[in-house]
Amino acid sequence: MNWLNTIIILGAAFVAVFLEASCDGFHRLLGAQIDLLPALMVYASLTCEIAGVALLAVLGGLWLDTLSYNPLGVSVLPLFAVGFLVYPRRGLILRDQLYARFVLGLTASAIVPLLTLLIMLSMRRTPLLGWATIWQLLVMSVGGGLLTPACFWLFDSINRALSYRPAVQSSFRPDRDIKRGRN
Amino acid sequence: MLKRPHFIALGLVGLLALVILNLPQHTAGQLKLAIGSLFLPLFGLSKSSQQLAREGGDAVTSKAELLREVETLRRTNEVLQLVAAQNEALLRENTAFRQLYAWQQQQQPSWKNRLHLGRIIARDPANWWQIVHIDLGTRDGIQADLPVLSPEGYLIGRVASASLTRSEVLLISNPTCRVSAQVEKANEMGIITGAASPLDNTLVTLGMLPPASSAKPGEIVTTSGLGILPKGIRIGQIAENPQVSELGSGGEVRVKLFANPTSLDEVWVLTP
Repeated sequence: MNWLNTIIILGAAFVAVFLEASCDGFHRLLGAQIDLLPALMVYASLTCEIAGVALLAVLGGLWLDTLSYNPLGVSVLPLFAVGFLVYPRRGLILRDQLYARFVLGLTASAIVPLLTLLIMLSMRRTPLLGWATIWQLLVMSVGGGLLTPACFWLFDSINRALSYRPAVQSSFRPDRDIKRGRN
Repeated sequence: MLKRPHFIALGLVGLLALVILNLPQHTAGQLKLAIGSLFLPLFGLSKSSQQLAREGGDAVTSKAELLREVETLRRTNEVLQLVAAQNEALLRENTAFRQLYAWQQQQQPSWKNRLHLGRIIARDPANWWQIVHIDLGTRDGIQADLPVLSPEGYLIGRVASASLTRSEVLLISNPTCRVSAQVEKANEMGIITGAASPLDNTLVTLGMLPPASSAKPGEIVTTSGLGILPKGIRIGQIAENPQVSELGSGGEVRVKLFANPTSLDEVWVLTP
């Protein structure tokens, strides 16, 4: 298991939750805050083992709920659901394609808040909902979709910088070397 | 495709989520405060970087501008002192009249020395709640259910919970804040039940009014003193004519808040 990648993703999730809480520029501008955790979950489920996906869901969800008025733990299952859906299909997903990254981020960013709201409503909580919630969900989905390729670019760059480069096999083979001249 | 470890992970995460969601409210609150303390270094870093930026800004401000600001502040202070003296005279006159007619004295303790200035350090990352975090905690005398005011003295919410160094403030636009309010002129009481729309936080619904409410647009709404908050804190003014609630629980009306809770950077907390 690539622990370095998992640790980097968890660190990024921690900072992302803090930034979501302390920077409300998007909220003032668009009326909704963009959630970065679904985008990170898409990246984690395509690059980490299932333990890394589970860790991100549990820690990311708990961190988010701590700074929010959400009941503690309500974001864990929706985040893990996204990871659990993407993880087994990682071999079939064209993760290098920008379009695939955008669509995955968009879908994940739509599913996570919807599932969170569903769980909260089933717990008889009364979040502030209305017609404007549709706009907020749209902003969250598109924002998450746009941020997912950026996440891939950032983490791939960090991994390239911090990991050993893969050894490239040379086409030169000493046994096929043609010796010229007389011995 | 799916293998045994995946189902084990699913089971573990599901079980953990269920256990945490079913924790008693007090334990969940304590756990939230404990996990939230992990963010303290980042909040500290953010505060010091903002302070550094402010100091940098102060350093490049010209002396002439600073002197001009000092002069403006001095004049404002003089005006406010005059108003305060005038208010004291009115209070004395009011007390004398009350004694003359043997009316009961109103117990309205002064706000002097009871206000604590706090800075908003974080807002709810979820879009469906309206809360903010401030940099005042139990070490500053903050406790749950204290009123939180805008810099101008209008109600914007109440303290939901407090840790040693920071507190969670439920804004008045949050559906769970539920402040008991009074329409001053009509002398009718109701309960503020949160923002009318998730996008407009300055418009809240005042429900539980009498079905034939006589409240009119423009009338001032204040705290009634019946709940946990003290009486007489200004909240906003009525924005439209009352309507009968869809649920049949009396009348309801939209109230335009005097302070926009989402655009504030600093707030006052009124301690007992």
